Amino acid sequence: MTAVHTGPLVQLQRPTIATDRSRRTAARTVTLTIDAQSVTVPEGTTVLAACREIGVEIPTLCFLDTLHPVNACRICVVEVEGARVLVPSCSRAAEEGMVVHTDSPRVKHSRKLVLELLASSVDLSTTPQVAEWIEAYDAKPQRFGPPAPPAPAGTREAAAPGHHDEPDVRYAATVAQPSTIDNELYVRDYAKCILCYKCVEACGPDHQNTFAIAVAGRGFDAHISTEFAVPLPESACVYCGNCIAVCPTGALMAKTEFDMRADGTWRDAHATTDTICPYCGVGCTLTLHVIDGEIVKATSPLENPITQGNLCIKGRFGWRFVQNRSAAAEDVRGNGAH
Amino acid sequence: MGAGGSTSSYEEAEHTDFVFLWGSNAREAHPIWFHHLLKGIQNGATLYVVDPRRTTSAQWADVWLGLNVGSDIALANAMAREIIHAGLAHERFIERATENFDAYRTAVEPYTLEFAEAATGVPAAVIQDAARRYATADRAMICWTLGITEHHNAVDNVFALVNLALLTGHVGRYGCGCNPLRGQNNVQGGGDMGALPNKLPGFQDVTNPEHRAKYEKAWGRDIIPHDGWNLTEMMDAMGRGELTALYVIGENPAQSDADATHVAHLLETLDHLVVQEIFLTKTAQLADVVLPAAATWAEGEGTVTNSERRVQRVRKAVEPPAGAADEIWIMAELAKRLGYDWGHPTAEDAWNELRSLAPGLQGMSYARLEALGGIQWPCPDENHPGTKFLHARLWDEDPAKRGKLAKFSVVHHEGPVEQPDEAYPFVLTTGRRLESYNTGVQSGGYASPLHRGETVDMSPEDAARLGVAAGERVRVTSRRGSIEAPVYVDPGLRAGVVFMTLHFPDQVATNLLTINASDPLSGTAEFKACAVRVEPVRPVPSMRAYRAEPLAAAGDD
Repeated sequence: MTAVHTGPLVQLQRPTIATDRSRRTAARTVTLTIDAQSVTVPEGTTVLAACREIGVEIPTLCFLDTLHPVNACRICVVEVEGARVLVPSCSRAAEEGMVVHTDSPRVKHSRKLVLELLASSVDLSTTPQVAEWIEAYDAKPQRFGPPAPPAPAGTREAAAPGHHDEPDVRYAATVAQPSTIDNELYVRDYAKCILCYKCVEACGPDHQNTFAIAVAGRGFDAHISTEFAVPLPESACVYCGNCIAVCPTGALMAKTEFDMRADGTWRDAHATTDTICPYCGVGCTLTLHVIDGEIVKATSPLENPITQGNLCIKGRFGWRFVQNRSAAAEDVRGNGAH
Repeated sequence: MGAGGSTSSYEEAEHTDFVFLWGSNAREAHPIWFHHLLKGIQNGATLYVVDPRRTTSAQWADVWLGLNVGSDIALANAMAREIIHAGLAHERFIERATENFDAYRTAVEPYTLEFAEAATGVPAAVIQDAARRYATADRAMICWTLGITEHHNAVDNVFALVNLALLTGHVGRYGCGCNPLRGQNNVQGGGDMGALPNKLPGFQDVTNPEHRAKYEKAWGRDIIPHDGWNLTEMMDAMGRGELTALYVIGENPAQSDADATHVAHLLETLDHLVVQEIFLTKTAQLADVVLPAAATWAEGEGTVTNSERRVQRVRKAVEPPAGAADEIWIMAELAKRLGYDWGHPTAEDAWNELRSLAPGLQGMSYARLEALGGIQWPCPDENHPGTKFLHARLWDEDPAKRGKLAKFSVVHHEGPVEQPDEAYPFVLTTGRRLESYNTGVQSGGYASPLHRGETVDMSPEDAARLGVAAGERVRVTSRRGSIEAPVYVDPGLRAGVVFMTLHFPDQVATNLLTINASDPLSGTAEFKACAVRVEPVRPVPSMRAYRAEPLAAAGDD
């Protein structure tokens, strides 16, 4: 096989993540074969990007263009001829002469198992697309038995590393637990967490550099945590919500959306309008999500060169004043002229 | 150098080698710009932060220069002297692209490192190191905010920094430049639009007959051939009774301006005050007529210009509340009542008129702004991609293309108007906190876990000396007013400096304290420095005993 590295795995170095457009100037290209199609891409391009280049769909959960790949979820695996194991396409660099199969029995079998393990242990009810994938790969998460009852609040955080209870074979093990609501701005629903690390990366070195959260615990006890599992208001959190922006499963959610979902007033299909944040002079694009004539959420487009999907607390949550005004306008009309 | 805007793009902060962040707590005031800077740091850039406070931005710095409030010019001039004496000035650039260097060199000569250490409180060796690192970096930029401009000598402060860039040739190249980070989402756009007392749209001078003629022709009206009043001059004119009617759009001067008691008094003495607002602010409450307006950023159409000169579209996402009208509609209706029927132009109509008159914006049609996701001026025609960084012309081989030379400005250290003394021994400086904004009209509208209300931030040393603990109430008094607030102990503050914000004027009216000493050119008040006294507010020891008795009720509230 031709699998000779032309250098270090450069795509793993932070400056080459997709956001850093100016560095994407590799003069050399590599040509590889994906599902019998030949494709030529700049050196350093990932297999995933090469697939997308020719319209080959690969499911991803832990991958995001604006984050450094961490290879956590394994749903994007593909088969590379000559390689011993399946490779995560999101981080593996395309190499000259590489022959890739994205739809081989081995790939399908692996994705199916990944989906079964995730769907049996995590609440994926607000994960976009996953239901389609479960169907497409014929995954049967229920084959591990009925889900275990939720853990009482705080017990998963308290589990000591290295100590495990005897598994209860009547149930499929789950991360089910009550939602953590310790502030007015966002809810952490770790029953929906697949440990993709995206929030940790967005809070940490890839964007915000606040480092309020990290992965704590080992094995099935691993979970996202603030330092010493303190409530968010006592942590280093600055409420930028950049973790919410990257969460693929809805485990992290703005409280407005969480409450509306609970009330049954949330609709996934809703109007959005791009405008510019009304606060400082950086000029972040805000995508305002509107349901029934009310702003319910603000996000920013991942591909926006100024924000890369990030906002600060004011941009993400500070829009509310617009809607506090119906009463205020009444005041103005009533008392204005005097 | 002429154009009123940042020279560089945000992206360049990711690829520069050295950054002076000067008088800016961008980590909190411009968080998403700071993301670009953090990428630069991850890519190996060196960050030097110049700020009286060791802010959350300074925590990312390789070196923090904790200078005395208002001593920026002494610091900059001493760095210039050091650069010149070390032979690190960019002689070829100075010779080909600048003027007035000899006067500048002579002017900075007295600013020895020793003098600067005494004036700024920054050790001489640190000043020397900072100067040399800035000068020898391949790419270096200076970024500043209101720590530079909210002083009585704001314009001189800016010149002092621009001089450093000219001295070292750190302008007009990728990754270099001079960048004021704008504090409000359209403060740059307001300037572009000519909302300045001495400028027509597109930064054309009111006093220049040629500039004026172009606009007079288009508008069919004569333009008063002299500069208008800036904000501070307007206040003075109100005081003299020369300015008797005021139309305020989206501004809350009764709370946002320095020396608030005085400002409120001036507003009350007006014959006629019109306030166009989205809320019934303190200023609106003083008005004769309030015009309820749509919040254009979410309830209307238009453009704003950001800190990298990028014009971007704002769009209507929701309907304004009943009774609140589009701002352009309000102005057109007002014009009609004043005898000018403009019809009802759209935001795009207004923009297209601007494009037809102002240089550098012609290429920015709404269609192109839409397609390109915003365009950075100058953009002279519809094939122009916009301009990433300004002043590349200064490096042109052809003197004709180099154009107007960049001028060194001679500026001298003055220090704040009000120096601490025995009666008022502290310097009060003001700024922003992450989750809040200006007078809180907007940011007061959401429940942030970070809101902790207004506090008087002081150093642990001062708190200990005054014998006050965190949370204990103190009285802060300046020559103009007095307020009470709880103490917050901030180890990032140096002894002698206290810090407050303007975010909660209804609870703590910080602007009762601030001084209306303003820059003669920009009109910006010296929010960053006034002298205050801080005293503990001790509860009357026997209060509880009084309360227990029936007589105590009178006047207790």
